[in-house]
Amino acid sequence: MLKKIIFQFLALSLIFTYSAQSAESGGMPQLNPEFWISQIFWLVLTFGLLFIILSKFILPKISNNLETRKSQILENIETADKQREETEKKVKEFDKIINDTKVEAKNFFNSERQKVLDDINNKRLSLEKDIEKEIIKAEEEIDQLKKTSQEKVTKIAIETSSDLVKQLIGEDINKSSLSAIVEDLSKKEMEKQNGI
Amino acid sequence: MAANPMYQFNVYRIGPEIKINNIDISFTNASLFMVISSLAILIIFNLGTKRSIIPNKIQLLAELSYSFISKMISDTAGSKAKPYFSFIFSLFMFVLFCNMFGMIPYSFTVTSHIIVTFVLAAFIFIGVTIIGFIKHGLGYLKLFVPSGVPMVLLPLIVVIEIISYLSRPISLSVRLFANMMAGHTMMKVFGGFVVSLGIVGGWLPLGFSVALTGLEILVAFLQAYVFAILTCIYLNDALNLHH
Repeated sequence: MLKKIIFQFLALSLIFTYSAQSAESGGMPQLNPEFWISQIFWLVLTFGLLFIILSKFILPKISNNLETRKSQILENIETADKQREETEKKVKEFDKIINDTKVEAKNFFNSERQKVLDDINNKRLSLEKDIEKEIIKAEEEIDQLKKTSQEKVTKIAIETSSDLVKQLIGEDINKSSLSAIVEDLSKKEMEKQNGI
Repeated sequence: MAANPMYQFNVYRIGPEIKINNIDISFTNASLFMVISSLAILIIFNLGTKRSIIPNKIQLLAELSYSFISKMISDTAGSKAKPYFSFIFSLFMFVLFCNMFGMIPYSFTVTSHIIVTFVLAAFIFIGVTIIGFIKHGLGYLKLFVPSGVPMVLLPLIVVIEIISYLSRPISLSVRLFANMMAGHTMMKVFGGFVVSLGIVGGWLPLGFSVALTGLEILVAFLQAYVFAILTCIYLNDALNLHH
């Protein structure tokens, strides 16, 4: 079937080209000079008018449009660049302000802390001084109390010992000798205590 | 008659016969498509001149074509070719639109006629030669004497250079004309196959036809581009004498 179609196609094409060639015995219409002058005339007329109108009216407008667009784009780019630079400057300024404030805040904080610490220190020192004074006073009082208590104790000891001796013997003994004995004993006792 | 693949290139009169001094300059279908192409270019690019910072689609098209051709000229011919921008722009757009309008079925391809492309190429050739002589005087003839060639070979080289220079308009015009004619003839032939083979065998040439249409649109653009870029290269030779 396919072979038949191809064969038919070839045969028909041969016939067709043959008939076409025979029909075209007049040759190419391009070589017929009958309308050459007319074609030249109309070509010069239309092409000439086309050239004049394009070059005088249309092309300058197009080139003008392109130029203005180019210049406008350049201008826009320029302004954009300028604005970008400005923004960068502003951002830098902003950063600087923030940094300054941070430093200031830090300084303020530090100074305030120092002040508070100093205050605390002063107060503590004065308090310590007061406490020391109090301690010294108390120690003095204690010392005094110690001294007076010893004297009293010896007095009481002498009195009680004299009373004891009086009751035991029924005689008064010289107070000074008693006191000497008592003092000697208490001293020994004290030394014993201290020694231990 | 319509089966003849060359029939599409026939030029016929539209309207009355116009004669000036016995020279026939009647309005033909070729003239019609020249007018249509030029008007289309003017309308599209005039719509593209709206003054707005953010372009709409047509404006974008116009501005992209402008920068495309401007870049092409500055790449091939340098900054000295700036004054010729309008001419090369018009040339490229005219050839491109004529090629593209030729892609519409039952339309006429202006650039498939050797006389049209030859007139354009000859104009470019003469213009470039005049520019070269104005810019460099008789020094422009140095173009035919490449530097660094041994004296023995010089006569031969000069002859070859002169022939290649003189054949520029022919190669430029024949390239465009032949490309357009061949492509359109081929499409017509394959279209004829579709009809003659009918519903059974017509699918293969139909596929070919579709593929050829894509190819021809590419060729239409490419040939316009080649035409314009070769003009730039010739202009470059005239403006910046390298040899």
